[in-house]
Amino acid sequence: MTSNAAVPFWRAAGMTYITYSNICANLVRNCLKEPYKTEALSREKVHFSISKWTDGTPEKPTIRSDSPEE
Amino acid sequence: MLRRALGLLPRPIAAARARSFSTDLPAAHTADATFMEAWNKVMPNMDPPKTPLSFMHPRPPTPSSIPPKLTVNFVLPYASELSTKEVDMVIVPATTGQMGVLPGHVATIAELKPGVLSVHEGSETTKYFVSSGFVFIHANSFADIIAVEAVPLDQIDANLVQKGLADFTQKLSSATTELEKAEAQIGIDVHSALNSALTG
Repeated sequence: MTSNAAVPFWRAAGMTYITYSNICANLVRNCLKEPYKTEALSREKVHFSISKWTDGTPEKPTIRSDSPEE
Repeated sequence: MLRRALGLLPRPIAAARARSFSTDLPAAHTADATFMEAWNKVMPNMDPPKTPLSFMHPRPPTPSSIPPKLTVNFVLPYASELSTKEVDMVIVPATTGQMGVLPGHVATIAELKPGVLSVHEGSETTKYFVSSGFVFIHANSFADIIAVEAVPLDQIDANLVQKGLADFTQKLSSATTELEKAEAQIGIDVHSALNSALTG
């Protein structure tokens, strides 16, 4: 169809839209005033528990709570 | 997920969509007759499954004259900020510049850049800073604004904005890879937008 002229700078650098959008959102959240900032950051926290499987049985799960980075 | 549902039930969805463009049809019971028969043979005592389309209200048809108000749906991933609110105008920060949307605006899809969204209703204006997102303006004067993060302007801390702007300007000059430069540039864009939102 149309040629891929004038891609945005972040796509030219290899970043996808969703990565760009999440970076923007994180930057905005980090610039909030105090009670709103902790609410926003705690709302976006991600916790997950991972267990590796070896020989068909699960090992003990580990819990990771990362705050989301891009 | 929707694609699998579409594979299983091709005709009800197509039939429902075709019928939903006519006026006055309720959204709830547009089920395909063949599917219903087959379902009732197998499971006579259970209600048939509802398709996603049956939960959605069909979009109101485009009126022949321009409606007096714009209906806005402004949603965030974690909350629905405005839901079918009737307003006079919204100004959205599109990548092509501040776009004013009035009732009767041509159907448009616009990507948003970090900036201020203002909702004008009567004599009052509500402003939000939007981090990024999209706005879908439909021909029937409905506007769907989708943002990842949107905050009222008074929740923004000016000192953090200045500090962030200084940090990222410094990162841009010391960046080596394309990706680092892009991230620093994004930081500068967002913080300058925040700055002009606070001062402008």
